[in-house]
Amino acid sequence: MEELALHILDIAQNSIRAGARNIRVTVEEDAEADTITIVITDDGSGMGEETVKRLLDPFFTTRDTRSVGLGIPLFAQTAETCGGNVGIDSELGCGTTVTARFQLNHIDRPPIGDMAATVWALITLNPKVEFKYRHARDGAEFAVDTAEIKNFLGVRKLNSPRMARYLKEYLSDGEERLADG
Amino acid sequence: MKLEDLKKAVDGDRGVELEEGDARYTVAVAMGTCGVSAGAREILAALMDELAARDIVDVIVTQTGCMGMCDREPMFEVRAEGAEPVVYGDMTPEKTREVVAEHLAGGTPIEEYTV
Repeated sequence: MEELALHILDIAQNSIRAGARNIRVTVEEDAEADTITIVITDDGSGMGEETVKRLLDPFFTTRDTRSVGLGIPLFAQTAETCGGNVGIDSELGCGTTVTARFQLNHIDRPPIGDMAATVWALITLNPKVEFKYRHARDGAEFAVDTAEIKNFLGVRKLNSPRMARYLKEYLSDGEERLADG
Repeated sequence: MKLEDLKKAVDGDRGVELEEGDARYTVAVAMGTCGVSAGAREILAALMDELAARDIVDVIVTQTGCMGMCDREPMFEVRAEGAEPVVYGDMTPEKTREVVAEHLAGGTPIEEYTV
């Protein structure tokens, strides 16, 4: 994958398939510590210890349409090529947290990419899931909470094509401001 | 852009909150690892944008996992009540916009793009 944002979109699909109602995505860039930390937390069905152990194996999947599950192994591989790692913390019936650490200035690190598009896609495709997203960068941050937005706008869903268009503008604007410092 | 600005933009133009049963078509974008890495996110963007541009309000866009044809990603499926699902593969944003015009607005699938 060419962007960390695409990995995030992919990993969050696991949360959705696990029946999560709430998903939290955090991206933290810390120039001083030379790290990018990405955390994806859900309240989905979770996994037992055995499953977590086998998750980093590319030939392991719980689905039957294909014999390989590549999402987590790919993410881990990307992290390892730039001095980082991926950890999984999960409890059956409670949920899962995937934490990835990258060296910010590593020459092989893919760009963070279009986080606005990733968060927008997740919100648009999953009207019944609430997302909390936070992107922090050296003290500044852009944060989004879908429950808060719905409440503020007085709507139940954010996925009509028109609404999606406004939401995209809002997210892109937030990310641009963060990038501009 | 603050939340207040979003509210101002949305007020009076929030679109229709569709219930599952009321949709003429349901479009399921394949969002497996294969789909995401092949460009599913951009397909979704083109789909939603074209629906908004044409003011089509009776189509639900949702997602599905790997459809078992990873080499034909990005893919999406168009479902309609009482009809066989139509599966589109090797999609691009441009082809997606054509499908919105011909199939979702016009009612005729584009056979050439199906798998």
